[in-house]
Amino acid sequence: MYRNLPPSRGSQITPEPIYRGRRECLKALGLGTVALATGCDSGAAPEAAAGKAAEEPIPGKALPIAERGHYAVTEPMTRYKDVSHYNNFYEFGTGKGDPAETSAGFHPHPWSVEIAGHAEVTGRFTLEDLLKPHPLEERIYRMRCVEGWSMVIPWAGVGLGEVLKRFKPTSNAKYIELTTVNRPAEMPGMRSGTLDWPYREGLRIDEAMHPLALLAVGLYGHELPNQNGAPLRLVVPWKYGFKGVKSIVKIEFVEKQPKTTWNELAPEEYGFYANVNPAVDHPRWSQKTERRIAGDGFKVFGNRTPTLPFNGYADQVASLYAGMDLRRDF
Amino acid sequence: MHIKLFRDRIAALKPLLFAACLMPLAWLIWDALHDGLGADPVAQLEHRSGDWALRLLLATLAVTPLRRLSGRADLVRFRRMLGMFAFFYACVHLTIYVVIDLGAYWSQVFADVVKRPYITVGFAAWLLLIPLAVTSTRGMMRRLGRNWQRLHRLVYVIALLAVLHFLWLVKADHREPLLYLAIFGALMLLRMSGRALGVRRLGS
Repeated sequence: MYRNLPPSRGSQITPEPIYRGRRECLKALGLGTVALATGCDSGAAPEAAAGKAAEEPIPGKALPIAERGHYAVTEPMTRYKDVSHYNNFYEFGTGKGDPAETSAGFHPHPWSVEIAGHAEVTGRFTLEDLLKPHPLEERIYRMRCVEGWSMVIPWAGVGLGEVLKRFKPTSNAKYIELTTVNRPAEMPGMRSGTLDWPYREGLRIDEAMHPLALLAVGLYGHELPNQNGAPLRLVVPWKYGFKGVKSIVKIEFVEKQPKTTWNELAPEEYGFYANVNPAVDHPRWSQKTERRIAGDGFKVFGNRTPTLPFNGYADQVASLYAGMDLRRDF
Repeated sequence: MHIKLFRDRIAALKPLLFAACLMPLAWLIWDALHDGLGADPVAQLEHRSGDWALRLLLATLAVTPLRRLSGRADLVRFRRMLGMFAFFYACVHLTIYVVIDLGAYWSQVFADVVKRPYITVGFAAWLLLIPLAVTSTRGMMRRLGRNWQRLHRLVYVIALLAVLHFLWLVKADHREPLLYLAIFGALMLLRMSGRALGVRRLGS
């Protein structure tokens, strides 16, 4: 059934159609082998299968995904409905249902991104120009929120490092700073002074160039919905979710560690690095375990699971922090 | 022949209040069983049970000012039930946290109580409610005499701890817990102004 798939690389990963196929197959088995033959052939109709896996048609344009399965965790995924209706995007309100509820008036098209700072190529680029040379890739990542819950999410996007390299950052580019769009008229949460708008985040340049860092444009094979950071957002799976700056309008190569929104608001609670680390608790709550939001059905019991160093990506990223005291630089 | 089911109107309204106080729990269970709690049902169970514990605690504190404002001294007869339901929802809240949320990691609760100020104050509020619940019977009131009232003044501390518990867990948007703090403050002011103005005490 999966013979057409590219071979998976590495032990952590699962060929993409397994996630699409698994749940469908379980259902189909109950319905008989005819259904199995049609419904589970995700290689033939991946988008349809993705839609079914989420149980409701996924809104937004389907994306031409060129590569799948290179980075895919094996744990059950979070439903599309949960990813898109339970998240933090304070520009649309502080409740986790607020972004889905109040983001309908947001306009992610047309979109452009300003590239600035220490690079040979700078300027304003349309989203299309920014992404054009890069094949879209689907990656299933864990997402760990600093609040103590987590999801497993199939993003679509391009490697951040691949995009950044095209602008030829100079040796002065030690960090990047990324900024969210500033549109209070379309983002009702911005009308209250909860955070110091616009939202800013940053990465050290080697973190930004790491192959796991993703510039995401889609979710479940479709364009990002407004509430999840349309049309372009950052996904850094080994860091707490707040590092994943949404609706990006500016990327600047800078020499000094940028001032980032949550870190500025409460530096003792939200570090610049914000690497997922069960050994370093948030001053107000434990980070040793997390409540996993995933799968279907009755989800009241048995959701808690241990939090892994670097959110389970230690093999890939721990070397970035060799010699650093992660208790101090949390 | 007219059969009198209840002694008076307050007695007649008590079963209604009892049923009303159970509604939030019924609603919570219904939602839990019908996928009505959203993506993270455990967080919803925690928040909603905690909300009701706090609301009922403040309702209990509102009884005395209400008696003064309305001139209806017999409202005090609702107070014990409101207080007991505040304790009941605090127990539900704690149980959800330890049994459902922490689950297999329940022993983490000890570290939480010691290390997390918001849990420390929340747990303290629950602990302090226990002696009040235990001494809420008519017999205990008689036995403790004047000390009963002294003991039950703990409810002011408990309410403040409960509000702090909420305030300290919030990440950035403090509006909702501050609203509860304002209500608590207003209720305390009403009480104090009542005393300062020498308003006739309505026996208790």
